[in-house]
This record gives sequence, structure tokens and C-alpha cells, in this order.
Amino acid sequence: MSTIWKLGVIRGIVFGLVGTVAGMAITMLLRTALGLSAWNSGQATALGSFVGLIAYLGGLGAFNGWVGWVLGWPEKEHDATELPNWTRYFGFHTNHKTIGVQYMVTSLLVIIVAGIYQLIARLETAQPGLQFMTPRTYNSLISLHGIMMLGAVLLGISGMINYLVPLMIGARDMAFPRLNALSYWVTPPSVLFFLFSLPAGGFDTGWTAYAPLSVRAPLGMQFMLLAFYLVGWSSILGSVNFLTTIFKLRAPGMGLFRMPIFVWATLATAFLQLIFTQFVGIAFLMVLLERLTPLGFFDPNKGGNVILYQHLFWIYSHPAVYIFVLPGLGVISEVVPVFSRKPLFGYRAVALSSLGIALGGALVWGHHMFAAGMESWLRIPFMFTTLLVAVPTGVKIFSWLATMWLGKIHLDTPMLFALTAIVVFLIGGITGVPNGIVPVDLYVHDTYWVTSHFHHTLFGGFVFPMMAAIYFWFPKVTGRLLNERLGKVHWSVMTAGFFITYEPMFWLGLNGMRRRIVDYDPAMGLGTMNLVTTIGGYLIALSMLVFFINLVASLWRGATASANPWRSRTLEWQVSSPPPGENFPVPPRVVGSPYGYGIPGSVHVIVSPTGGSGEKQAT
Amino acid sequence: MVAITVAILSAMVVAIFLNANFTPAPASAQAEPIDRLLRILFSIGGVIFVLCLVLLIYSVIVFRHPRDTEEGPPLEGNYRLELTWTLIPLAIVLVLAVQGAAVLKDIGRADPKNELEIKVTAFQWAWRFEYPQYGITSGELRLPVNRPVLLKLTSLDVIHAFWVPQFRVKQDAVPGMEKELLVTPTRVGSYKAWCNQLCGLAHAAMQAPVIVVEPEDFELWVKEQRS
Repeated sequence: MSTIWKLGVIRGIVFGLVGTVAGMAITMLLRTALGLSAWNSGQATALGSFVGLIAYLGGLGAFNGWVGWVLGWPEKEHDATELPNWTRYFGFHTNHKTIGVQYMVTSLLVIIVAGIYQLIARLETAQPGLQFMTPRTYNSLISLHGIMMLGAVLLGISGMINYLVPLMIGARDMAFPRLNALSYWVTPPSVLFFLFSLPAGGFDTGWTAYAPLSVRAPLGMQFMLLAFYLVGWSSILGSVNFLTTIFKLRAPGMGLFRMPIFVWATLATAFLQLIFTQFVGIAFLMVLLERLTPLGFFDPNKGGNVILYQHLFWIYSHPAVYIFVLPGLGVISEVVPVFSRKPLFGYRAVALSSLGIALGGALVWGHHMFAAGMESWLRIPFMFTTLLVAVPTGVKIFSWLATMWLGKIHLDTPMLFALTAIVVFLIGGITGVPNGIVPVDLYVHDTYWVTSHFHHTLFGGFVFPMMAAIYFWFPKVTGRLLNERLGKVHWSVMTAGFFITYEPMFWLGLNGMRRRIVDYDPAMGLGTMNLVTTIGGYLIALSMLVFFINLVASLWRGATASANPWRSRTLEWQVSSPPPGENFPVPPRVVGSPYGYGIPGSVHVIVSPTGGSGEKQAT
Repeated sequence: MVAITVAILSAMVVAIFLNANFTPAPASAQAEPIDRLLRILFSIGGVIFVLCLVLLIYSVIVFRHPRDTEEGPPLEGNYRLELTWTLIPLAIVLVLAVQGAAVLKDIGRADPKNELEIKVTAFQWAWRFEYPQYGITSGELRLPVNRPVLLKLTSLDVIHAFWVPQFRVKQDAVPGMEKELLVTPTRVGSYKAWCNQLCGLAHAAMQAPVIVVEPEDFELWVKEQRS
């Protein structure tokens, strides 16, 4: 019992429940005092959520460090714990590797739920006609699928970055470990809010939550807004940590141009997160306030402007695409050289292309609004910036191909996923050009063409690279290898499933299949391709089942992994699997490029496990 | 061998994209330049895709060394090559963007004097069409063929969007604003205007008939509506 109570998450839940009830009670008292009817579901749940969240974080122990510092409590050695090992995943624990795993597991859980939502919705659209679902349910399912997947992606990249970046740059932990734990622990309530959304009536706006529809949507909308607001908060806090860690905590000798590309990608992503997340936060907060109070930011009858919402939303949500895909592209840049046994071709260009994509991606949000009605000529500069992003993206793809050329290629599962990612991302990039060109976009905008395009970019830029990352780094994290045979089954079914799902959608979009419709005109002849798409979707789900079986089975009794099963040169592979609590007893010394495969005498890093004798060179 | 394969496959892809029918039959003057540009984009994209895919598959097959422990050749980069694959895509996208701007101008307003003006009002979940030049209001959009139509769109509640797939172009109808869309129907026939922006419960079914007729028939219809 006392062990249970010592688990931060249990205390957090209890405190959170009490706080929620208190918040709702305060709302009702205030309303009664103002002479209004006591119950207003929106206001009560909003204030209940807010007070509950603060109380939950308090119960969890998120503020202990800061409160203790103010009150002069004796400082505890961080990570000191008398509890069994597994419990650290259920408490406010500051080690970056623990937090990385927490993020990753949460991300996978959200992906399962969001995936199931879409699988259900896809059954309805497999054939024309209303089969078994009300339009309200359908709209809620697809909307939640979208926004929850994006939440899951943010959690997933935070997971990868948290676990890998300190190891890759030779740091003992993140720069701000307590802030890091806080940025994770605001996400479980966010997941909870996402889950509440459907029982609270769902919402019918799509993930974009365009006003004024989102102002009128059911209570489920509010939970979605709060949920994503929290994920965004976590994302901003995380980015502060990533940037500081990369700039201040690199091991001696780790110059910027000796960092692995994944770290460069993190840098670019973190800049985008830090600068742009606030815009979507403001947009969602304004919708929330317009729902709860008489304010009318987006209501033309109250002096508001409908298009304003779209600007605020897309100023974040376009760069967000690059927040999602840059770490994934970084993973590809890590995996391809290791399994080609060759240096990454054009390292500097690849490193800088991440920043190029980030900079370009910051200036293109208007291309989501070509049909929304901005000044006609203003669409032209947005068209140019949009197309220019293709250039640094192309640099990455060509560099990967050149890295493989003349290499000694090994087709282990991480490499297979990286290869699929490259092809899928390439299609995503090529099909993005028509969307960026104004007159063509007026044709394909908001059709299945666009849906297919961005699923290519997100699968190619996040999902397949994340799979590569999991197969690649699982041995490092757990000390066990994932099963290769199951891995290859997973890869082949998922790759086939992907193409069967998404290639027909291009054709569907061109032939009049609009996004987000529960039903379509049988006369348009779209039934067959929609059925194919649904079947493909279920193949992806099947492959994910294989993946989860592999995860559990390998965790339980997979082959023991050596420190460096893939013969990689980067720093995380020069320590044991799993790495020791503080990563490096003595800071490693970085002396060369991380990718010098096959270069005679090339050394990336010198790690001394005992702090003196027995230096080990990574070649 | 790589070069020959790329050349053959590229030729096939370009031939397909320039000739095959993969879009609904165009029915507006705006559709033709858009389709032409689309085919060019597909062809260029197809060639780039073929090039990359062939290189990737070739590498995987030819350079595969399953149980080899030796390392590959130490090629770290090549400035000239890297510059090439930066500058060529740059040139391509700039040309395409200029093309895009030209087509955008092409499909914009051409002959303001001859335009048929129609006020389009969207609401959950239907359309209303007003013809101020004729003083009539209708639930269907009836258009004379080959005359530019200036749609002035607005909405009474949430955002909707007006889209006839055969006309290609679309425009949101935004509450509190009036947005314009120019369409010149070129083929007599019946079409459907769909709502293309998720607008709540009955969004999927929100549509209006669009009937393109000969000018004489249009005049006849106007008279009928007035009486």
C-alpha cells in the first residue's frame, strides 16, 4: 500500500480528482453568486480541468524541487529512490532516459487509440451510402484521429529526442531535468482529455478546429482544445530543454559539425517548437474563450474575423509539419550510413538542410489558405516560398541515395524501414508541389489528394522512421534485440499496406472525393478505390499488431544485445546497453566525424569507461 | 544500365501522364490550363521519382553485402554533385512557380463587362443563388455556356466551400465576408456543386445542382423564374 502511495502517478490522480471537483464547485459558486443557473457544463469542466491539472501536478511532486528550494528543504540527490526499478516510470523521475521511454510508450498508446478511431471510420467510407454510423460519430472519429495522431507524433519525437540527444552529444542528462519531467507529466492529462472528448459529444470540425464551427461544436471540442493546449505546452517546455542541452552540454570536442544529424534535426525542430507553438496555443485559447464567455474573436457579428483563426492556426500548424518530420529525417540520416557502411554523403549540406527546411517552412503557412480568400496576389509569394522548401528536402533525399551508392548495404529491419521511409517521403514531396501551386491547389485542396499527400509526408517523415528508430535503438534502451523475422514481417505488411491505402487516394481526390465526408455520391464511381483504401488500412493495422507482439515478446525473452550490435560509431553505442544511469562516468572526448565509416584512422569519440586507463576507441 | 532503365521508365511515365485520363472531364475554361499544368507537374515529378527509385533499388540489389564486415569506400561528399542537386531542383521549382503564377492570371478575370454575376449564399446545409442582374433567386445554379460567371460567395453561419469537380476551381464561403470566384462553363450538362469545407453534421450531403445550358435556354429559364 505504501509503495502504491509513493508512486507519483497515484498521488497525482487522487489530487487531480479532488482538484477537479473543487474547480467545478468554485465555478458553480461563482455562477450562483452572479445570479446565474449554477450548472454550465463548458465553464464547470474548463475550470475543473484547470484546477485539477495544477492539483495533479502538485500531488505528483512536480513542484517539490522548486517549492523545496524556496522553503529551504534539504536538497535530495536526484534519482535517489528506494522503490523497485519499474516504479520510476510511474513517478516524477528526472532521468532523460526514463522520460524518453515514458514519452515513447505514451505515444504508442495514443497511436493505437487514434488508429482504431480511423479504422472504424474507414469501414463506413469503404462503400457509398450510410452503412452503420451517424455523421456525428464519423466526424468525431476522423477529427480525433487527426489531432490525436499529431499529439502522438509530438510525444514520439520528444521520446526519441529525450532518449538520444544527451547520449549522442556526450551529456549526463538534459540541461533542466526537472523541467523535462514536468514537460512529460503534463501529457498524461492531455491524453485523458483526448479520451474524454468522444464521450463528451465529440466534435465535428476536423483536427483544424476552424472557427466558427469549433465555437459551436459540442463539449468534446473543449476537451480536444485543452488536450492539445497541454501537448503544446509540453512541446514548448521540451524545446527550451533541447536547445539548452545542445548548446551547453556537448562533450569536449563535440563541435557543431561533429554532431550526428539527428542532433541537428533536433536543433531545427526545437527552434520551430519554441517560436511557433504559442500561435496554435493562442488560437485554441481564443476559441475556448469564445465558447465560454461572450467574447467574439472570430464572430463577424461581434466584430471578429473568421480568417484570423486560420492565420494563427497555420502559422504554427505548417511549421508543425517540419517539427514532426525533421527528427524522422534525422533518424534516416543515422540509419542509412550505418547499414551502408559508408560516410553520410555531404554531411554539412544535410546538417544545414534541416535548418533550411525549418526557415523555409516558417514562411509558407498561407498555402493552406489559397481557397480561403486571402488577397489574390498574396498567394503568389506563398507559392514561391512553398516550392523553395523542396530544395533542401531534395538535398536530403539525394544525399541518402548517394550514401547508399557503392556502399556495403545490410538489409536489417531498421534499414528496411528507412528505405520505405525514403520512398514514401519522396512521393510525399513530389505530390506536395501541385498543392503548392495556386491554380492546381484550387483543384486538389481539401480532397483525398491532400489527405494522401500529407499521410505520405507523415508516414515517410515520422511513422516509418520511428519504426526504423525503434528497431535500431530498442537494443540500446532495453538491452535486448527485437526479433528480426517478426520485424521483416512487420515491415513487408506495413509497406504493402501503406501503398495499398494511400496510392488510390490520389486518384480518388482528383476524381472528386472530398475530405472528411461520411458519404459520397455513388454516381461518381468512387466505391472500388475506397474499398481498396480500407483494406490497405487494415493491413497497416495488422502489421502494427505484429509489431506490438514483437515488442512484448522481445522485451520478455529477446536475444541479449551487445553494447553496439549494429557497429555504429555514434556515442550512444559506446556505452553499455542499456546505458548507465548517468550515461558517461567521465565526459567522452570527441575527436572526429560521427560517420567516418571506411575512412582509415577515423575516430569519432574516445570513451573511458573507468575514467583513466582502458580507453576505448570507436572506429 | 541505370541510365537506360531511368530513360525508358521516364518516357513511359511521361507518356502516361501527358495522355491518360485520370481526371473528370473538364467543363470550364479554367479547367484546361489547370489540367495542362497538372500533367506537366506529374511528368516532372514522375521522372524525379523514377530516377530516385531506380537508384535506390539498384543500390539495394547490387551493393548488398549481407554478411560482410568490411567497410564501404570513404566517399564523404562531392561539392560539384551537391551543388548540382541543389541548383537543378531550384531552377525547376522556380520555373514551375512562374508557370503557376501565369496560370493563376489566366484563370482570373478576363471580361468584366460580359460577366454574369451571381451571389452565392451558403448555410447549414444548402446553397442559395441570387442573380442580381435578373432579380431572381434559385436553389439550383443554372449557367449559360461560355459566359464568364462571377460568383460572389458568403455564408450565413460557418465556413463552407463551393466546388464543382469538373470546373476544378474552388472557393470558401466565409461568414462576414464576400469572396469571389470566376468560372466560365464550357460544356452543357448537369453537375453538382459540393460543399468542400467540413461544416457540421450534413456536410457530406450538402450540394446543389449545377446546370449549364445554351444561352437561349438560359434566357428562357430566367423568364420562367420571373413569372
